Amino acid sequence: MISAWLIPLMIVFIPLYAAFKRIPVYETFIDGAKDGFGTAINIIPHLVGMMVAISMFRASGAMDMLASLIRPLFDGLGIPSEVLPLGLLRPLTGAGSLAFTTELIKTYGPDSLIGRISSTIQGSTDTTLYVLTVYFGAVGIRKSKYALKVGLFSDLVGFFAAIIICLFVFGA
Amino acid sequence: MVNFIWLFFIAVSFVAAILNGRMDALTEAAFEGAKSGVTVSFGLISVMVFWLGLMRIGEDAGLLRKIAVLLQPAVRFLFPDVPKGHPALGYIMSNMSANILGLGNAATPMGIKAMQELQKLNPHKETASAAMCTLLALNTSSITLVPTTLIAIRMTYGSVNPAEIVGTTLAATLVATAAAIAADRWYRHRYNRKPPRDIGRDGPIGAEHDRELPGAPPGAASAGFDQGKGEAIV
Repeated sequence: MISAWLIPLMIVFIPLYAAFKRIPVYETFIDGAKDGFGTAINIIPHLVGMMVAISMFRASGAMDMLASLIRPLFDGLGIPSEVLPLGLLRPLTGAGSLAFTTELIKTYGPDSLIGRISSTIQGSTDTTLYVLTVYFGAVGIRKSKYALKVGLFSDLVGFFAAIIICLFVFGA
Repeated sequence: MVNFIWLFFIAVSFVAAILNGRMDALTEAAFEGAKSGVTVSFGLISVMVFWLGLMRIGEDAGLLRKIAVLLQPAVRFLFPDVPKGHPALGYIMSNMSANILGLGNAATPMGIKAMQELQKLNPHKETASAAMCTLLALNTSSITLVPTTLIAIRMTYGSVNPAEIVGTTLAATLVATAAAIAADRWYRHRYNRKPPRDIGRDGPIGAEHDRELPGAPPGAASAGFDQGKGEAIV
């Protein structure tokens, strides 16, 4: 329900509201949209680097070896073991986990259960290590106290929440 | 850390390729991966251009501020030791609303400004204060309404309904954020900090929405993509 309605509602409501506020909607749109191109292009080096590594990891059979190690743990719970490495990668590197998600979507299809679960995991938490480094680094904090633990804990909760919610919504 | 992960994948792949006798496949996979990286980035252009355009309209119309006002009670609850009316609160609210709308570009500078303001209140300059830890917790798990990057990737690989993960993503981020807040509270109490409640006046909400980060470390913006949460691409 939310999925079908949210985006169209935003697309209609935001310009209507802005027009009501006497904002030149189209010009403003074009102005902001220009940033999008650079944003997407800036990703290329990051994504190429990580996609090469992940693609090699898969083709060499290393991914299957890893998955077969994990499988016994996950099978009992009805969770596809293919998504587990994503849980490990997600808090550490945004580009790496995005590359991994892309590889899963490419291999199993975006509308497969694995594709949906990995999309949800990737979308639902931020790269804890990056956020910690940038935010605390900017003000010279050296001792982060319990911040890392809290971040990693919420990543873990988010990871399992994403899986359980997807299993519930999209069915096994 | 990223260096280690990248090297780990490549080195392990090489060893695994020897063990499995798949050296030909490895070469092909490397170039195939590079190609996918570009394909996916190009797929992102359409969604990014469109979404950032739409969001600029929302920003100029003052919608970000509107959301910030709605967040005010939550922010008072989450940051009890920041005096009422302190500029940090305005930046925190702007940071949270930008995160919710999938505007990582705007969220990061606002979050850094909030950190700088919180640093002024911090008695121990090298140790994170409780409020700083809370802000960080909110940003690592932030509630996401529209995961733009993932929608774009699903489009690139021919999904029947690329946006069908919006609901599940929102639900998962709500759970993750709740967990972050609970854990943060728990640790905060363990550190035994009593929030002193200061008196003050209500200040204006959400200071300027600059798009620069004056205090950011060099390279914070360009180091960028590792931030990762798809839509939160610097």
